[in-house]
Amino acid sequence: MPLILEAGQSAGLQYWRDLWRFRELFLFLAWRDVIVRYKQTFVGLAWAFLQPALTIVIFSVVFGMLAKMPGGGLPYPLLVAAGAMPWQLFANILTTTGNSLVSNAGLISKIYFPRMIIPGSAVVVSFVDFLVQTVILVLLLLFYRILPDLQVLLLPLFLFVAVIFAFGCGLWVSALMVRYRDFRVILPFLIQFGVYVSPVGWSSDLVPEHLRPFYYINPMAGVIDGFRWALFGNVLTINWTGFLISLTVVCGILFSGIWYFRRTERTFADVI
Amino acid sequence: MITPALRVENLSKRYLIWHEHQSGPGLRHALNDAFTGFFKRRGRRRNVEEFWALRNVSFEVLPGEVIGVIGRNGAGKSTLLKILSRITEPTSGRVTIQGRVASLLEVGTGFHPELTGRENIFLNGAILGMSRLEIKAKFDEIVAFAEVERFLDTPVKRFSSGMYVRLAFAVAAHLEPDILIVDEVLAVGDTQFQKKCLGKMEEVSQNQGRTVLFVSHNMGVIQNLCPRAILLEHGEVICDAASTVVVARYLDPESKAGADGVVRRENRAENWLETAWLETAHGITVGAISCREPFRVCFSTAAPREVGPVEFSLRINTRAGQPVFTSLYSQSAGMPLDRLDHPSLFAVHIPGSFLMPGVYSADLALHEPVGAIYDRWHAALSFEIAEDNSAFARYGSYHEIGVVMPTLQWSTQKK
Repeated sequence: MPLILEAGQSAGLQYWRDLWRFRELFLFLAWRDVIVRYKQTFVGLAWAFLQPALTIVIFSVVFGMLAKMPGGGLPYPLLVAAGAMPWQLFANILTTTGNSLVSNAGLISKIYFPRMIIPGSAVVVSFVDFLVQTVILVLLLLFYRILPDLQVLLLPLFLFVAVIFAFGCGLWVSALMVRYRDFRVILPFLIQFGVYVSPVGWSSDLVPEHLRPFYYINPMAGVIDGFRWALFGNVLTINWTGFLISLTVVCGILFSGIWYFRRTERTFADVI
Repeated sequence: MITPALRVENLSKRYLIWHEHQSGPGLRHALNDAFTGFFKRRGRRRNVEEFWALRNVSFEVLPGEVIGVIGRNGAGKSTLLKILSRITEPTSGRVTIQGRVASLLEVGTGFHPELTGRENIFLNGAILGMSRLEIKAKFDEIVAFAEVERFLDTPVKRFSSGMYVRLAFAVAAHLEPDILIVDEVLAVGDTQFQKKCLGKMEEVSQNQGRTVLFVSHNMGVIQNLCPRAILLEHGEVICDAASTVVVARYLDPESKAGADGVVRRENRAENWLETAWLETAHGITVGAISCREPFRVCFSTAAPREVGPVEFSLRINTRAGQPVFTSLYSQSAGMPLDRLDHPSLFAVHIPGSFLMPGVYSADLALHEPVGAIYDRWHAALSFEIAEDNSAFARYGSYHEIGVVMPTLQWSTQKK
């Protein structure tokens, strides 16, 4: 079957077929990023640990010890860890995917492949980082002698939602950054802002009941709640309505992200 | 009828150029435009200039054909290749491609300095469209071609630039697409490796029957590799013919070379000098030749009436119009030609490694010895002496080196 190139032609099924055809490139790019990240093993691994570990220490001191916020019956470091880990995952994915197109400009202007492979493969590195970081969580659980209940099996579901949310935002930011480099500056600011509106260092119980529907428009609130509930369901509860609100927003961001990415993709090579 | 491997129909590509002081593609401008546009829906005028990089380009390439694309910088060659390799979309028109395309727009795309040679072979192969199994199967061949066996597990950031380029080309050269698009990759590495690359290109195009689209500024290479060529100018195809003709046309836009590379003069009252062409020592008509090879300037004369004795002269000029030398028939024969009473062929043998690389033109004249001129043919031929490993190649620019490069005897002794 001949391949036809016309203005506006790359739309449609062909694109998704190509995406499948280039799956090996996806794996290779992900593999490259992981190898490069951990090439100087000591530094790479140390950072993967240090960043969340320090966040946990600082938040526990500031929110738990100084501000004396309620831990909902949990040791405060555990509450923070269960919030900081999914948050860190989200923030890392968003940063790497957001910058991914611009940092692979050379590839984009020289070789054809469905561009979504680039932000896609950037997700993998951050996820590997996350897997390494789970060691911290395990150590804390051992230290406080807490054994999660059966609902811990739902943990991957919440992780999945976090990844999808980050990927959806990443699609938006990466595509926008190709044209507007301003997002390189905006992105860190957005992430910093997000730490405080998401329940990373505190418990969602603090949010007044009538504000909850708005509060869960931030999907990370739903994800972090879910994450905590999956780990400590015997102590905490989850607001399922809130989670559904979050889930709806995630789907909206993902699909609009795909739409915008696909719409601008064909001009990437011209403007990057 | 054979289906063309590549069919390009009315292909056009427009770029928009924003003028800096006005609106631009930046975020501030986008917001500003959105804001002002909200209040005054009409009269939103942007200072945008259109630029057509390609305009109504059409051509076909048959399976197994090797075709050269030439043109000056900015003629649209790169844009054409970018569309064919799907990096960017056309503004209008259509391309139909039969089979798998691979493009080499730059060697070493996607090489990562931190990764080892081995890792980069796999990564680069995948980027160029090879599957993991294909790369595995070709791995040893690639390594042997690149001559980097001992450094396979060294990060490529520690490679010399020569090794780096060799490895990059080796990966690319082992692609096996149906249609291969190549842009100037041969201008890499040391001369010995360049030879190897050219050999590989020849093998790919001639023995493996692959369709190849080849862009280069080296007219000699184009002529050697591509039987047919396309000349682009200002985004339009202005010549699509045998590469000797297209090369001649590229070197001299006024060239009247026919499909066989021979320049014919239009009919005049009394035609003496009729045709002219350039040929290699093996008698092959060309428009460009390696600076190391000897070649011949050939011409034919008619004899409208009997004359004698006659002298013939050939003058070679640089592109700037500076005469390099003039050669007379009598210098070689010892005396002018006694009588010219029947149509004849003449050839002037010019040695290799004599003219510096560059573009030259040839003037021909037929006249009485030190007397009346029967016929003068100004700029009968334009041809290019192509750089090919000359002693001066490594000096980059030929500025002030000279017009000829004779090999002279040097001697030295203790003072």
